[in-house]
Amino acid sequence: MNFQFLANGMVAGAMIGLGAIGVTLTYSILRFSNFAHGELISWGAYATLVIAGLIGSLAPSLALSFGPFSFGPALVLAAVIGMALTGGLALILDRILFKKLRAKTASITVVMASFGASMALRALLEFLFTSRPVYFSRDLQIAMPIGFGIRITADQIALLFLTAILVLALHLLLTYTQIGRAMRAVSESPTLARVAGIDVDHVIRITWILGGALACASGVMLGLVVQIRPFMGFDLLLPLFAASILGGIGSVPGALVGGLIVGIAEAGAVVFIGAEWRAAVSFLLLIVVLLLKPTGLFGSQSR
Amino acid sequence: MSDISGLIAYGSFFLVLALINGIACLGLNIQWGQTGLFNVGIAGFIAIGAYVSALLTTPLSDGHLGGFGLPMALGWIGGMVAAGAVSAGIGWMTLRLRSDYLAITTFGVAVTVHLLVLNAQSITGGSFGIGFIPRPFESLAERPVLFGLLNLLLVGGLVVVLYLVLERLIRSPWGRVLKAIREDERAASSLGKHASHYRLQAFALGGALMGLSGAIHAHFIGFIAPDNYLSAVTFQIWAMLIVGGSGNNLGALVGAFIIWGLWSLSGLAIGSFFAAEDQARAAALRIVAIGVMLSATILYRPRGLFGERTTVSRHIQNV
Repeated sequence: MNFQFLANGMVAGAMIGLGAIGVTLTYSILRFSNFAHGELISWGAYATLVIAGLIGSLAPSLALSFGPFSFGPALVLAAVIGMALTGGLALILDRILFKKLRAKTASITVVMASFGASMALRALLEFLFTSRPVYFSRDLQIAMPIGFGIRITADQIALLFLTAILVLALHLLLTYTQIGRAMRAVSESPTLARVAGIDVDHVIRITWILGGALACASGVMLGLVVQIRPFMGFDLLLPLFAASILGGIGSVPGALVGGLIVGIAEAGAVVFIGAEWRAAVSFLLLIVVLLLKPTGLFGSQSR
Repeated sequence: MSDISGLIAYGSFFLVLALINGIACLGLNIQWGQTGLFNVGIAGFIAIGAYVSALLTTPLSDGHLGGFGLPMALGWIGGMVAAGAVSAGIGWMTLRLRSDYLAITTFGVAVTVHLLVLNAQSITGGSFGIGFIPRPFESLAERPVLFGLLNLLLVGGLVVVLYLVLERLIRSPWGRVLKAIREDERAASSLGKHASHYRLQAFALGGALMGLSGAIHAHFIGFIAPDNYLSAVTFQIWAMLIVGGSGNNLGALVGAFIIWGLWSLSGLAIGSFFAAEDQARAAALRIVAIGVMLSATILYRPRGLFGERTTVSRHIQNV
């Protein structure tokens, strides 16, 4: 038996996990399922692409690749700027749309608004960049054998490490810092948090920035390993929701574990059933979780 | 063919399509407008109706399952029942949970149905789709004016009947319970109304209407393919209901005419003003425009053009 699908699944699962963390944070703090989260992923990838191109044309030496990797300092720098910009985009969306609705309607109306925003943002990308796929790099990567018949590229190893670092950093932030404690308090009860003197609006802004930045990281990873196209985030939306519900909505480690499970299950389906059925895996997992344990693996309360 | 008959033929073609969208919009109005259930998988339920009806009625073909050759009416009923049954199954799984879970699951239904009709080639014809679907008044297709008007009469008549039945239904005790549950579930439960049963019924009924809309569309055009049923369809139906006025059946139909009219007009404009290679990009702008319109309506005019009437009981109105 070939275990290659495990490696592919973990890489895909890391990207899904990073996106799902954003979904789960938005859900637990703002209390709605954000259908526009996939578009944060696509916009992050395109923003990074444009900035990396600009940096490369201003300082060509920065565009050279690091050793065995297909990317160089230009892309790393661009990804950091892209993460900030995507966080900004999430803030703008909140300011012009979600914030006003939160104040006056039921949460399901906010979900609908996010669906409308998702269509508009995606179509705008299609208008700006056309639906033709683009790539960060045209270099071919040679996959190295690492045992058990598994081969993996240098990029993929770097991305797995990056995911681990980002998730660990977020976990430390939520556990040990003042803003992390405030975020957890708001997710428990916004009203009580406000009474206790927590600036809920500030917590909401930080949540959007974190969710947007992680979405951008996920989009850049997807762009490096696969390709960049306007539908990339939308096609990832169902796996994101499946992962965050599977992990237990509101749980950051759960979202990552859920992402890995969805990623490995999808990669397994490609090998054992057929690549054309990959997209159905998330739906099946979602149905199974909703039937057996709607609170998910690490979910706390009954929601 | 003279100009005027061309205009009549095109006009009736446009009106029939608007009415078909209107049927799906009436279905969404039962789910969202009356009951507050959020369905993001409308395209999937429309596709189920279209494919089931097409498979039941088409002659034998190598390209897909079939050869049943049943009468068209049975196909439409079959499409309705299938879409309604899937809705009931989805509702049964998710309606006891938080409302977001229904939204996410219906989204998954649309993705999965599209995948199924695309990949289960031996059953659905895959990306080649299904052709030779029997059309109403097919023998008159050579005479476009008569053909168009008869189809308009058929679909228009059906919509009038549906409208009257649904208007009756929202004024019935059943409709008032739906509204009561949407507004205050605990109060309704305390009066002995089983909220999740009523929600399930409303969701299945709405899904069945979406299936009917898909079935009629398949037979009106005569050909279906998986890419007819992408998320843009879901989005259009939502825009129709929200702009027209959610909770109001008349609003649902008027919204269908407005959005379908804008959609068709902008399609004509793109076709005539843009070079062929730019048309796909320009078409993306239409979706941006509808997305902005939908969001702006939710923000600034949540009641749409025709808001929901606050009292539906004729007993109260007569007082």
